[in-house]
Order: sequence, then structure tokens, then C-alpha cells
Amino acid sequence: MKRFADLLELLALTPSRTRKIAALAQYFAEVPDPDRGLALAVLTGEMDISNVKPALLKETVLAEVDETLFALSYDYVGDLGETIALIWPHHGAGELPRLSELVALLNATSKAELPRVIGGLLTRAAIHERWALVKLATGALRIGISARLAKTALSRMSGVELQAIEEVWHGLKPPYGELFAWLEGRAGRPEIDHAARFHPLMLSNPVEERDFERLDPRDFAAEWKWDGIRVQLVLGRDGVSMFSRTGDDIARSFPDVVEAAMGRAVLDGELLVGHDFEARSFNDLQQRLNRKAASPRQMAELPGFVRVYDMLFDGDEDIRALGWEARRGRLEDWFARNPQTRLDLSEVLGFADWDALAALRRQGAESHGHEGVMLKLRTAPYVPGRPKGFWFKWKRDPNVVDAVLMYAQRGHGKRSSYYSDYTFGVWKGSEIVPIGKAYFGFTDEELRQLDRWIRANTVAAFGPVREVRKELVFEVAFDSAQKSGRHKSGVALRFPRINRIRWDKPAGEAARLEDVAALAGAT
Amino acid sequence: MGFIIDRDLYVPAIDAWIDPSQPRPRAIVTHGHADHARAGHGAVLATPETIAIMKVRYGPDCAGRFEPLRFGEALDLAGARVSLHPAGHILGSAQVLIEAGGQRAVVTGDYKRLPDRTAETYEPVACDLLVTEATFGLPVFQHPRPEDEIGRLLKSVADQPERCHLVGCYALGKAQRVIALLRDAGWEKPIYLHGAMARLCALYEELGVPLGPLLPATGMPKAAMAGEIVIAPPSAIRDRWSRRFPDPVVCQASGWMSVKQRARQALVELPLVISDHCDWGELNQSIAESGAGTVWVTHGREDALVYWCRKQGLEAEPLALPGLDDDGGEGGE
Repeated sequence: MKRFADLLELLALTPSRTRKIAALAQYFAEVPDPDRGLALAVLTGEMDISNVKPALLKETVLAEVDETLFALSYDYVGDLGETIALIWPHHGAGELPRLSELVALLNATSKAELPRVIGGLLTRAAIHERWALVKLATGALRIGISARLAKTALSRMSGVELQAIEEVWHGLKPPYGELFAWLEGRAGRPEIDHAARFHPLMLSNPVEERDFERLDPRDFAAEWKWDGIRVQLVLGRDGVSMFSRTGDDIARSFPDVVEAAMGRAVLDGELLVGHDFEARSFNDLQQRLNRKAASPRQMAELPGFVRVYDMLFDGDEDIRALGWEARRGRLEDWFARNPQTRLDLSEVLGFADWDALAALRRQGAESHGHEGVMLKLRTAPYVPGRPKGFWFKWKRDPNVVDAVLMYAQRGHGKRSSYYSDYTFGVWKGSEIVPIGKAYFGFTDEELRQLDRWIRANTVAAFGPVREVRKELVFEVAFDSAQKSGRHKSGVALRFPRINRIRWDKPAGEAARLEDVAALAGAT
Repeated sequence: MGFIIDRDLYVPAIDAWIDPSQPRPRAIVTHGHADHARAGHGAVLATPETIAIMKVRYGPDCAGRFEPLRFGEALDLAGARVSLHPAGHILGSAQVLIEAGGQRAVVTGDYKRLPDRTAETYEPVACDLLVTEATFGLPVFQHPRPEDEIGRLLKSVADQPERCHLVGCYALGKAQRVIALLRDAGWEKPIYLHGAMARLCALYEELGVPLGPLLPATGMPKAAMAGEIVIAPPSAIRDRWSRRFPDPVVCQASGWMSVKQRARQALVELPLVISDHCDWGELNQSIAESGAGTVWVTHGREDALVYWCRKQGLEAEPLALPGLDDDGGEGGE
């Protein structure tokens, strides 16, 4: 466990990506199975010690520490795991068991016994080991490590291509014995069930105005950029999977879509909700995304469908090496052979030149709320990752509104112990009603200034949330405004972010709800 | 019950202020950090070491007159007796004991209890009213042994000989303590200093604290600094100044470094938890040992310490003193 704790600490504190990868690669090369596989599961978020929840850890600590002092400490530190590691009052001799034994112990211990067992472990652990122990037990790492970084380290350690690792990844389970055997040349590539297999997605780059000078419109096809979530449908021999862009299978939440899909293929598209292929707002989609299982009522009110724009496998044939145009042809033929009720084809937009497409993009944003347009090089193969020059997203210009800061909350992770999470509102008559919430996206210096302002202008505190004087104006950018019954103001902003702090602007000059609602009407 | 000092740390019987943030006719100064020692007072009563530090930092005429008072000696003024007792925070740092009308009041200033050969060792002082700092006044602060932290630094130097270790330290107190800890751990090579450190290190040596060979950090060829240790103010180690060193490891020596998220915010790669203040347990211990029935808590995390005192059956309240360090810096330096 000490080795794993050392690794986590290094990952949390080393700013250099190269050094993180080197440390991970060294760990995977030197630590034996199954410990390294379990560490990999923790780092990639695949570990689940089902009985250990934050509430149970808190209960364990509160048996030893005064509740008020714990609350003040947690508010200051901003991270539950770290608060527990630092506040645990007992120090004992001894060493923690190795990672695999620790995981086995936690999994085998009954809920009633867990507080005693965890308390014993905390007492034996050094402080940074306690921190690692809590992170391990709850699965919430928050140290800025992506699964992709861990896989990159596996690639570095073995010389096997990252893509090859990602292709088998979703068919594997911790502690990944067969994966390490393959990476070390002791066994062949693991056999993966085709239907469970996720094929890494091809992603786009934002396009800048100046890029258009060197791009020929005849080389590109354009489609609407849909405001749903990206999915990969694997229509296999033994069943259907629907993967999110990070490879989670969300088929269970959308039985209406997967059960209606006909034919065999691997398809790339956008998951949306609405009747007769009329896409509704992202807010509506979110109501279904938040559920593990869909209720019949929800499926009737918000039926799901997938707007398909690409094809990776036609039946069993891998067609990713073909150009976009050829794949599009195969996709259209496949639709003709396999009539669908919950899948439709994404429309290809006709345009003569970039100016014409710009006009179309503006019109799409204003009258249909489209996020923008996608540009796809007609000859581009389907390449996982974010290859340069193949796919571009051309987003609509953001809307901007001046809103008044209402509440602030301490952030977590890198922003912990600063007030970095803000709720803001606009005028409705003579009162201010909230229209959204965003994190701060600017420099540390501005964050500090703002933090100071908030501490000096607090009028009330509700747990970690402070209500402030309604005096500070933020310029908030957002992609669109949507009608929402869940918000008191009746509107919800999509992708709000704080553009600037308007220290100069009086709150009385902030926007009125009518202005924002008018934008919502357009979408 | 009336107290012989008030909530602004003013002592009416002798018309003197303790660590005032504005110029006053007479100030009693606990130690040389800028949030406690300011220029422009009519008279400054302090230890000879604190007076020497103030003269180096603010010039020989930074007060109208100086009244040096050694540890353990008492000054009987009309109305009250004043004496200074080691606080263990930095060289010359003192707790102020005021005795008047049968009452004893102690203002701790900043203090720590761990042994440190660059500061006189803390001595508990019995009193009726204790005014304590609370920089690390939360139970999450349990400072590790400084020797172990220096061990981590030396291990990192040994493991990465191609890199230069930059240790962020406040110029007064922390820098000299880290140097002394390195010497005691067997590091005999020259230690390189940022320009802001030089004067105060020289003063410590003059006052009898040997620090071993010290060299300026600037002017060396980049490659020659691999495997070396540089001491610099925290603001310099992440600035352009640090680019003259080969692949620097940014370290910081501070009690705040126990909170990993704090270290990450400050972009510190090797946090060293070396504090010149009491941790939670030591604050609790000091309050209990003082025997005080009333505790006033100043700069820091007052809420938790006040809550703890009240649970022990003591009278306790927070003091909001202007100009004292609130959050983030250690000792305001």
C-alpha cells in the first residue's frame, strides 16, 4: 500500500505530464499482479468497493472527533478524503497490508464491522497513506489523472500502441491479469466479446476564422452539430450496446432505443429525445440521462432516438479505413436495407462556399437552436482520437448576459478552500432570480480577489454556501437558453461560463429576465 | 471582570500597545515579522534580537527610541510590570507577560513548541488571561517531525541529482531554520540563497546562530546548480527568477503544506510540512498549561479554537485585530 500511496502523492503534486507517465509506467513495470491491476482500476475509475461510502467514513471519524470541529475542518480543507486523513487523531505502529489484501479485506468486511476495520487501518497508516486509503475506498480520486493517462503509461511501459489498448480495454475487468500478460508478451491479445467492445471515437477540432483561408469548401461535407450526447451503437450478434463517449454502456437507460434497433453494425451518432425525430432540448435529454432505468412514462413523454452520422463496421466488416464519403455511402445503403424506428440519418447540408455556410449556421442557431455545424473532410478515414485536419466543429457565437452574483460556494479539488462556485441571477421586477451556476474560469489572481470580495460581502451562510450582497456583476457567456420548470426563473442556461468580472458595473444595470427569456423562446 | 489589557491589545496602565498595526507612542513588539513589527513607533520595547531584526529591516531609526528587555528580566513601570518570555517562533520572538493589580495576562505573539536551534525554546507562562494566536487552529493540523520532512527533501535530492531543488521559505525565521535543519541532517555543501535572504542570514550568524557555507544563487552557471539546494522566497520560486536553474523541483516549507490541495494550488511539487507555529495539539496543550480562565484568540482559525476552549469550560472569544495575517501566509512574511 505504501508504494501505491507514494504513487498517488507523486501524481497529485507533479505538474509535468511526462513525469507522471514515467512514474506510472515504472509502477506498472515493477509492482506484481494483482496489485498493479487493482491500482490501474483505481486510477481509471473502474474500482468499486461497494460498502464503503463517504457517509460511512464520516461516521467512522465522528466516533473519534467532535462533529463541530470536523465540520469546520472539512469546510477549510474542502476535500473529505483529505480532511479525514489529516484529522484522524490516533497514530499506531505497523504497516498497511498490500493493495490486493486491502481491497479483499474491505470487500469481505460486513457493513457493521467496517467502521472498526477502517479505523484500525487509519491508525496504522502514515498520513499520506491514509489519504490514499480514503481515495481508494471511495473511488473519488480528484487528483487530475485521466484514464487515458494511465493507458498512455501502459503503452509507454510495453511499446503497444495506445489505440490497441483502448480497443480491448472495455472488454476487460480488474485486476487485468490477461492485459498485463499481453503487454509483457507472455500471452496473445485478449479476446473480447464483439458486442461489448467499444471502439474509441473520432473527435473534432474547433475551427477558427483564419482557418477558412486555407480550407477548400469543396473538400468538406457539413452537418448540424446536434445538442445531445455522443454515442456509439454496437449492434452485435448477441445484443446491442450503446456506449457514451467515455465508453460507459448506457443501453440500460434507453431500452426504447436499443430494443428497436435492427441490423448489425457499429454506428456513431448523437443521442437525442423527442417524438418523430424532432429533437428536444438538452434539458429534456438530461432528465433521462440521470436515470439508471427508464420509466414507461418517461419513455412515452421523452422517447429516445439516435441521429446517426457515421459507420465504423458494416456488419462484421471494419470500414474505418475508408474515406468519409465512402462510409457515408455504406451507411445510407445500410439504412435502406434495415428500416429503423429509433435511428435516423443526419442530414448533409448543401453549401456553395464558406459565407453561405456561415449564413446557414447563423440561421440554424437562431431558428432551431443548433449548436453550430460540423465540417468533415470527404476523404478522411475514421481515426480514433483527435486527428488534425479531418473533422472540425464550428460553434455558433455564444450569447452574453450581465448577471449578478448571488451565492458562492467553496470549490473542491484544485479550487478547494476558495469560493469558486457561483450562482448568479438577473432582475425580475425589483428582485433578482437565479438563472444559473458556473465555476470560475480565470486566473488565480482574479480568483483570490473574488474570494476576498465574497468573504467581505457575505450576508448569510448556509453550510458551505454564502449569500453575498447583490452588488457584483458577472458577464456570463452561454450557448443557449432553454425554458425550464425546475428553475425559479423559468429559464436554464446551457454551458454557462463566466467571461469577465465587471467590477465597474452597477448591479442595477444587469440584465432583466425578459431579455434572457426572449433568447429561450428562440430555441 | 475587567482585564489589564483590552481587546485591541492596549495596556492602559502603561499606555502601551502590543504589536500595533499603526504608529503608536509606545509599542511592545513580540517579534520581527512585518505583521507584528512596524516602523514609526515612538518607542519600541522588545528583545535585543527583535530590535536588531527591526533595525536591519527598517533602518536604524525605525523607532524614536528602543527599550531592549532580555528574556526573564522584568521592567517595573508605574502601574504594571512587563516581562518577555521565549515564544520559540523565530530568533528573539517573545510572549509578553503583563502583571498588574494581582492579574497576569500573556500575549503569545506567534509561537511554537518544537525544539529549534535558531530560536529560544518556548516556555509556558502561567496567567489568568491568555491571548493566543490560532494560525493552525484546526484539528487537521498535526505537524510531522521537521527532521522527517528534511529527510524527504534530502531523499528527493539524492533521487534526482540532475535537478535543482528550490525551497520556498519566508526570509525571516523559516529560511534560517531550514538551513539549520539541513546542517543538522548532515548537508555540508554550500546552500544557495536568493538575494532577499542574505542580510537576515548574516544577522542570525552575528547573533550566534551558525548556518554553514552560504552562497548567492545568482551568477552560477545553470549546469553547476544540478543537485544543489536553493533557498528563496515563495514568490520567487515560481517566477521567472527560477528559470536560471536546471529543471527545478519547486519545494515549499510551511505548515500549510500539509493540505495537499493547498500545495497543488501553489504548484508545489515537494511540500515540506515545516511550521513555525503550534499545531492543534500544541495549542490545546499551551492553553491548558497556562492555567488561564479566559482565552482570547487572534489571527487564524479562531472559530475552532474558541469552540474548543468553551468545551473545556473556559471563557473564550475571538479578537478581530486589524492587519494580522488571515489566511495563506505564515506569519505574514
